[in-house]
Amino acid sequence: MRYVKVVITNVAVAVLGFLVAAPLLWMVGAAFMPRGTAQTYPPPLWPTAPTLQNFRELFSRLHLGRYLLNSLAISLAITSFALLLNAMAGYAFAKLRFVGREQVFRTLLAALVMPLQVGMLPLFLMLKQLGLINTYWAVIIPSMATIYGIFMVRQYALAIPDSLLDAARLDGASEWRLFFTIVLPLLRPVLATLGIFTFLSAWNDFMWPLIVLTGSENYTLPVALAILSTEHVQDAELMMAGSLITILPVLCLFILLQRQLIGGIMVGGVKG
Amino acid sequence: MPQKTATVGARSYDGPSSGWWFAGPAVAIIAVFFLAPIAASILLSLTDFDIYALADWQNLRFVGLQNYIQLFHTYRFWVALHNTLYFVAIGGPLSVAASLGAALLLESKLTRLKVVWRTVFFAPVVTTLVAVAIVWRYLYHTKYGLFNLALTKLGFEPIDWLGDPHWAMPAVIFLAVWKNFGYNMIIFMAGLQSIPSELYEAAEVDGAGPARRFWHVTLPMLAPTFLFVGVTTIIGFFQLFAEPYVMTQGGPEESTYSLVMLMYEQGFRWWRLGFASAAAMTIFGITLAATLAQIWLQRKSGV
Repeated sequence: MRYVKVVITNVAVAVLGFLVAAPLLWMVGAAFMPRGTAQTYPPPLWPTAPTLQNFRELFSRLHLGRYLLNSLAISLAITSFALLLNAMAGYAFAKLRFVGREQVFRTLLAALVMPLQVGMLPLFLMLKQLGLINTYWAVIIPSMATIYGIFMVRQYALAIPDSLLDAARLDGASEWRLFFTIVLPLLRPVLATLGIFTFLSAWNDFMWPLIVLTGSENYTLPVALAILSTEHVQDAELMMAGSLITILPVLCLFILLQRQLIGGIMVGGVKG
Repeated sequence: MPQKTATVGARSYDGPSSGWWFAGPAVAIIAVFFLAPIAASILLSLTDFDIYALADWQNLRFVGLQNYIQLFHTYRFWVALHNTLYFVAIGGPLSVAASLGAALLLESKLTRLKVVWRTVFFAPVVTTLVAVAIVWRYLYHTKYGLFNLALTKLGFEPIDWLGDPHWAMPAVIFLAVWKNFGYNMIIFMAGLQSIPSELYEAAEVDGAGPARRFWHVTLPMLAPTFLFVGVTTIIGFFQLFAEPYVMTQGGPEESTYSLVMLMYEQGFRWWRLGFASAAAMTIFGITLAATLAQIWLQRKSGV
């Protein structure tokens, strides 16, 4: 009886797993199919004569390399800034006392539920006044610090013992030295989680880059892909190659660092 | 130490006072580029800010609630509202149910290779929405798509997924559920792991079968998780934009046209920023109302 249950459960999980993976598997297969062969009947599930033709065309004629670099530069910049600024602020809200700390923190928490779109129009006007539209900065600046990031670091930093910090202060360490030599190393696990989160959401972001990156030379991969896909509706293989290039970096990152990512969601979800 | 003395008033505290030097940059970024625009959005929605004002701010006029009145008299707003509510009301619960189902499967003592399947189920969450929406657009192809291949193999009629106004929104919902369920699955798994096993043992001693244990132990113990998952899912699903933008451009017959698309189109294509701000505030109001309603419902049900 137990044996039957084990078989049924595992078959169910395997079937479900296969269904979930199927769209991505098909994408990988179609990316290597020669032009015009994916859209035939019956639809082929795997390339019989794999080719790199689609990738070559994407990188030569369609400038995908440029968009890849844009995406990489913007996502790395956002991740670096967000890690530093959120770490500093999260640590301060947890361990340093300053005027207005509680009030500011409560305000931030209340604003956590605000959907991003609410402020997009005035933000656009503001960045236009600053002359930043159609620059990397228009995408980077609004994401340099996030309420969620501050909150995540703060929750983690609360566990740092005050005695440790005070001992370092007694030894004459400045607040900055204390932060960089003692606090940051202690925050490493939460910063790993925050870093992956930030990079993923920066890489995958679509609507805001679509709005502020008006010139094609600055497009990120998702923006370029969305626009290419309207011009190349018939070229399934080409678009699958483009999708694969867009997804592959984040998928690899996830597979390498999934413990930090999933662990972070588990902790955040239970506490939230 | 200059940074200490520079913080006015901080000396009245006995502890370290350089906190603002650490919190300041992040708080300033959030205040200027997140909170201030939200406040400005309220003001902007009361003006007739359009392409002429964009050229010269002198053309800006205060119009009171005119934008809201006009919005509520716009047919496309009601279409978009209907579609968005459809997407949230069907897609949200479906996605939460899929998450819970997957979490129960993965937490089952009978399941093998849990880490592998967890990775597979979670993978869609990290993928780029635009890219997978393009993939799914081909999967939904009437003639060459895998969905219809499977349907015809199983003896069903093929469906014109993205061309039939009745099927386009379900198609968008399937994609959204596939893309999102892995995230809440992890949160449910954490919730399931925190249920003490003594509760199950006690229920078993009292003669409760698996179904009753699920209803009377698992579900009530997951109530806080449900609230968290429900609220974040609702907020997320109200922001429907990229899926229809890429797959259907809001069609066919506007059947996938969403509120955020309306805001985007009015604001950034026609540069009617005042009107679009009224739409943005309305989206926010509806999202907030839905969130509060959910919290209230959960409180009322007494768990």
